[in-house]
Amino acid sequence: MRIALIDYGAGNLHSAAKALMRALDETGQRGEVIMGADPDVIASADRIVLPGDGAFRDCRENLAIVHGLEAALDHAVRGKGRPFLGICVGMQLLATRGLERGITAGLGWIPGDVVRLAPADPALKVPHMGWNTLAMTSSHPVLEGIALGPQGLHAYFLHSYHLIPEGTGNLIATAAYGGPVSAIVGRDTVVGTQFHPEKSQVLGVKLLANFLKWAP
Amino acid sequence: MLKKRVIPCLDVKNGRVVKGINFVDLADVGDPVESAKAYDAAGADELCFLDITASHENRGTLLDVVRRTAENCFMPVTVGGGVRDVEDVRALMLAGADKVSINTAAVRDRSIVGRAAEKFGAQAIVVAIDAKKVSREGELPRWEIFTHGGRNPTGIDAIAFAREVADLGAGEILLTSMDRDGTKSGFDLALTRAVSDAVTVPVVASGGVGTLDHLVEGIREGGASAVLAASIFHYGTFSIAEAKRHMARAGLPMRLDGLEGTP
Repeated sequence: MRIALIDYGAGNLHSAAKALMRALDETGQRGEVIMGADPDVIASADRIVLPGDGAFRDCRENLAIVHGLEAALDHAVRGKGRPFLGICVGMQLLATRGLERGITAGLGWIPGDVVRLAPADPALKVPHMGWNTLAMTSSHPVLEGIALGPQGLHAYFLHSYHLIPEGTGNLIATAAYGGPVSAIVGRDTVVGTQFHPEKSQVLGVKLLANFLKWAP
Repeated sequence: MLKKRVIPCLDVKNGRVVKGINFVDLADVGDPVESAKAYDAAGADELCFLDITASHENRGTLLDVVRRTAENCFMPVTVGGGVRDVEDVRALMLAGADKVSINTAAVRDRSIVGRAAEKFGAQAIVVAIDAKKVSREGELPRWEIFTHGGRNPTGIDAIAFAREVADLGAGEILLTSMDRDGTKSGFDLALTRAVSDAVTVPVVASGGVGTLDHLVEGIREGGASAVLAASIFHYGTFSIAEAKRHMARAGLPMRLDGLEGTP
């Protein structure tokens, strides 16, 4: 299996690459993680992972300036239906628009806006930073075998904004933080996590392994 | 529910851990990556590296430590010490830091906080505040920011500064009481509470931890979202698991999955 881990200058990829290799081991499959933004690599990949750390606008600009990258992603994911995973801002970029420091157009693969967290309890701090449990809103193969709910496993979050999908069908899981925080979104062969699976230990490796096994 | 965090902190000088951990058999006690892996396995919620190298010339050594840690650990890492400008922040982020902590540079010129947050997002920018109590007995409590390990007063009010950098885009405040640091007499709870109430971003309490109850107090009375400690963990006085279980028993929401001895 060839996993393309998109490098567009938006953060370090080593943790994600390492976690994907560990997840690959768990599935018992052989394969490789290829870091880069080469359209040929994306075209021939079996799985595509888009990470992203930082501000929405900055990541969006970095993505746009890599020549041919967006067209290659669009062709592979939306054209050929290759399974795609967005992580953190890589997930937020799937939205129609990001509202962090002005309005920035996203990829528009999952209709919705990326808005600032507004916990109902004013005592709750923003950013939402640390370990939280997940609650499922729609079942999805990436959640298979993962203990959910208040007594379940934890995922590591580090963000001030989240993607609110239009309608509820594309929301897979939430975390509770003064109201629901979008934790996982998905549509067709596209899935995205607001938390960092590569930092989320047991839950993270399991989710990545599920993503690699997923055959939509 | 979001859990409270326990964060061990390692001092790094010229790429080596200064006070090495001695609760596990490490092949190389001075290797920061070995220590990071040990804390990762022990169930720490995050790790903090504080670079105390005097010169900026060997910055590559620290970047190498951060890179190797990111390759070997699945644990979130904050790196601080010697961050002078946005380029330093960028270099650490690209090496694999999840958050970068800015201290003296923010005291000198607050605008670095806004510039760094705009580039990397508020969630990645921590401002480290070292504060000392300067009010006398009977006066309204007042804390001032000190630099250079608590030697140099700045005249800047710590609470007002915390509010200001949070407004500029700091996503977290790492608050160290220079009065309590190294004393094992507990956090300065009044300081922690005052800063925590003044800002809408998470506060990490630091400086003075000697017992597990101190950790509980930092969160319950100080209002901190996370507690940071060094020596009690490095010297094996308490394990991360003991700390987190103690805090959970005291009624605090803690992440107990992945702890040693937990099924």
